[in-house]
Amino acid sequence: MQLIYEYRQILLEGVGVTVSLAVLSLILSVICGLGGAFAKLSQSRSIRQAGNSYTTFVRSVPDLVLMMLIFYGGQVMLNDIGRITGLWGYVDVNQFIAGALTLGFIFGAYMAETFRGAILAIPRGQIEAAMSAGMNPRQIFRLVTWPQMVRYALPSFTNNWLVLIKSTALVSVIGLHDLVWNAFAAGRSTHKLFTFMIAVLVIYLVITGISDLLLRWVDRRYSAGVKRA
Amino acid sequence: MADQQAKPDAGLSLQVTDLHKSYGALEVLKGVSLEAREGDVISMLGSSGSGKSTFLRCINLLETPNAGTIAVHGEDIRMGTDRHGVFKPTDAKQVERIRSRLAMVFQSFNLWSHMTILENVISGPVHVLKQPRAEAIERAEAILQRVGMYERRDYYPSHISGGQQQRAAIARALAMEPEVMLFDEPTSALDPELVGEVLKVIRSLAEEGRTMVVVTHEMGFARDVSNKVIFLHQGLIEEQGHPSQMFSNPKSARFRDFLSNTRH
Repeated sequence: MQLIYEYRQILLEGVGVTVSLAVLSLILSVICGLGGAFAKLSQSRSIRQAGNSYTTFVRSVPDLVLMMLIFYGGQVMLNDIGRITGLWGYVDVNQFIAGALTLGFIFGAYMAETFRGAILAIPRGQIEAAMSAGMNPRQIFRLVTWPQMVRYALPSFTNNWLVLIKSTALVSVIGLHDLVWNAFAAGRSTHKLFTFMIAVLVIYLVITGISDLLLRWVDRRYSAGVKRA
Repeated sequence: MADQQAKPDAGLSLQVTDLHKSYGALEVLKGVSLEAREGDVISMLGSSGSGKSTFLRCINLLETPNAGTIAVHGEDIRMGTDRHGVFKPTDAKQVERIRSRLAMVFQSFNLWSHMTILENVISGPVHVLKQPRAEAIERAEAILQRVGMYERRDYYPSHISGGQQQRAAIARALAMEPEVMLFDEPTSALDPELVGEVLKVIRSLAEEGRTMVVVTHEMGFARDVSNKVIFLHQGLIEEQGHPSQMFSNPKSARFRDFLSNTRH
């Protein structure tokens, strides 16, 4: 305990990186997921196919491979484009942004499936009532589709979120100093790796515990009007 | 071209001309027309599969007809063929505006399940008609009072009976101050003992001169309340006229059969 306390600074910094990375990735994944879900439900065949390719591709490739591909590959591509067009010089991609973009892109594919299912679970009549009141597509989404789909999406969304929090540990391979990276560093230098891993475990449990409470609150809020069994 | 054959008549609340609708090879509507003047109460009868519900859903474009024209108070809904050769409305904004002037009451109520009754009633006025919220609430409460749902205004739809839900749905439709009300079998999903309370509300609306088109199986309602009855059979109007003459002296054999099958 003494040892953990001594290293609290570096561990807390790691927690900060992990949590902010997870939250930013979550926001990006929700945006990608909504885009993907609506693409997959689109009336246009080409948009539908684009949506399907996105979710199929991302879900079939290991996250780690995608992360390295996007981080290193993205950097090379960006610099090549800059060199050829002469629009910008050498760019060093920010690891935090790259990590968040990659995780957001990956989890967006899972979110797309979650949201698609949730949208399909809304009875057709709910949307028809909104249409016949003369609402435009944005109003229909904001006033009817979104509040109703949240409830259907929540169980699977929670699942995705928990996996996403744990997947943030992957960013240590691109050199980002998250909780796991910092704890490893501290563990190696003190030769007490086991102690630090226990600390990491407890910290992850606390983070997921807090998010569980938050999601329960969201569930209560969006379950208005639903009969409890 | 459509303009030449049917000039929209501004004196008509609703004018539907030669509506066609197919699902694949199945032709559900084979050219159905309807004219409603202000204060008209039109009952649409027909056995299931006759196309009456599809016709009603085409009027506010929940279904897209394959051909035909629809005009509300002389305003033609612009429709045309897109680059894939599909006939559909060309102006989404116009469709939204026209829908807000035609209120629909559904067979299965379709109240928004995540909103209270009051929220259901004020949503359209606040978001579509842009009424101030306080004003919308005041009007909604008066309307709920009228359909006998004021005491239940803070309930969620799942907590009240089907008859109450349908009365709330009628209140939601009324709050839009529609020029024409469309009822799609409003009592068909109700337990028999709840039908009366809903019919009473619809009847009172008819009596105050609201223009409405009612798809129904309630023969008593069609005979006593409406001033025009349209009998559809296999996507075509088989017979239409004033109920007193149609019910006492049906001209077509099919309507006579229909009547004898529904009157037990």
